[in-house]
Amino acid sequence: MTMLNFDFELLLPVLYQGALVTFGLILVSAPFGFLNGILIAVGRVYGNRFISTLCHGYVLFFKGCPLLLLLFIIYFGLPSIGITFTAFTSAVIGFILCNGAYNSEYLRGGIQSIPSGQMTAALSLGMSRNQAIRNVILPQALRRSLPGLSNEFIYLIKYSSLAYMITVVEITGAGKTFATKYFAFFEIFILIGLFYLGLVTIAGYVIGRVEKRIAIPGFGRK
Amino acid sequence: MMTDEIILRVEDIHKRYGENEVLKGVSFDVQRGETKVFIGPSGTGKSTLLRCINQLTVPDSGYIWLNGEEVTHAGPRINQYRQKIGMVFQNFNLFDHLTALGNVEIALLRVKKMNRQEARKKALMELEQVGLSDKVNSYPAELSGGQAQRLSIARALAMDPEVILFDEPTSSLDPELTREVLEVMRRLARNGMTMLIVTHEMGFALSVANEILFMEHGLIVEKGPPSEIPTSQNFTRTRQFLGSFQD
Ligand SMILES: Nc1ncnc2c1ncn2[C@@H]1O[C@H](COP(=O)(O)OP(=O)(O)OP(=O)(O)O)[C@@H](O)[C@H]1O
Ligand SMILES: [Mg+2]
Repeated sequence: MTMLNFDFELLLPVLYQGALVTFGLILVSAPFGFLNGILIAVGRVYGNRFISTLCHGYVLFFKGCPLLLLLFIIYFGLPSIGITFTAFTSAVIGFILCNGAYNSEYLRGGIQSIPSGQMTAALSLGMSRNQAIRNVILPQALRRSLPGLSNEFIYLIKYSSLAYMITVVEITGAGKTFATKYFAFFEIFILIGLFYLGLVTIAGYVIGRVEKRIAIPGFGRK
Repeated sequence: MMTDEIILRVEDIHKRYGENEVLKGVSFDVQRGETKVFIGPSGTGKSTLLRCINQLTVPDSGYIWLNGEEVTHAGPRINQYRQKIGMVFQNFNLFDHLTALGNVEIALLRVKKMNRQEARKKALMELEQVGLSDKVNSYPAELSGGQAQRLSIARALAMDPEVILFDEPTSSLDPELTREVLEVMRRLARNGMTMLIVTHEMGFALSVANEILFMEHGLIVEKGPPSEIPTSQNFTRTRQFLGSFQD
């Protein structure tokens, strides 16, 4: 390996800034993507025909639309009809829309795997349908969907790098600019790769902990 | 324990699923403190009838009255009526993600809007009633069938219902566990709980019921006090059914 043809001290603050933006993208997108997924899934399973069809259409559209294209439409396209977002906001919106669509699929599977007797029993105690969904169905469905949701979260970490394509200087973008300047693609991209690997590993660990934490004897293992 | 006060009135209930007319006009009155037992061949609409009473299944026509208030066509008020009509299911339908305590507490907290201490106190009391004081923190998957069914009875009792509907509460239990559940139900009957029970446990039915109602093809075809079953003209068809049961 050749000597590094750039100064590490110059690189680190650049990557640090980029990493902060990457964290920002993920930490804002993930919770809203999660909520979005719940709303869409509940709408699909429990909504009236109109809501259910709407939610189904939503899922079809955002699963079918390449994420990069979606980001282009939001950031470059929408201004032409007078809707303008910053690059960061555009990226977050795109991620939430896409992440929510996929999350909703896992959650829908989770909801539909809960025996109908659970709803019946909840209603028979005087719960409204909404109360039953919140207190009985979702707590169980979420546990069943957790493996799928975790996958989506890991994907989100990785596809957050697409934000660079609409000028958000997250870590991949920051690294790319730096690498171009010093012609050090290999070292820098390897370094950034390790960053994502670290992030995904930590996420996997945290998810594992959560899974243990909310595990219930005999539940989901039938 | 029975009084003359009519607590539940079921009036000319009809229900069809497509071509299949499941209930063809079922009517009866229930007095406070009474235990009525429904028997009859499979598929005659016993479960459907119970589910119509608390509107889990909406009848096509007919009326349900609880304490003189109409439960059919109640709109959103149905949730208030359902609190007063407990229900116990053949396969328990316990909330699998909650402990025994949680199963009893949840509706107290969310429906009755009790505070944590009140709900907990009430739930513990109900669990004690059904002999589950040592299982408070167990999850449904950790309970035997008999314990699970007693828990679901406690869950229903916690709402202080006016009447409890039991749909074959012991049909998925072996004889040993059946006995412990029937024991709890027997005690409820003695303490004046109003109960409508669908069951195949004839011994229990004969000793606890104030009235036996024999259903067939969506109608109540014979009914009367259990003491009349062996001899009365009223129970010819029932005797035939029970006879074939024993063979
Ligand atoms: N949701 C439904 N959709 C269509 N048909 C139904 C539905 N629920 C019940 N039925 C039909 O209604 C009829 C009566 O069913 P029900 O469960 O009330 O009978 P049952 O007397 O409780 O029988 P069992 O003793 O086997 O429990 C059956 O023919 C059944 O197939
Ligand atoms: Mg039945």
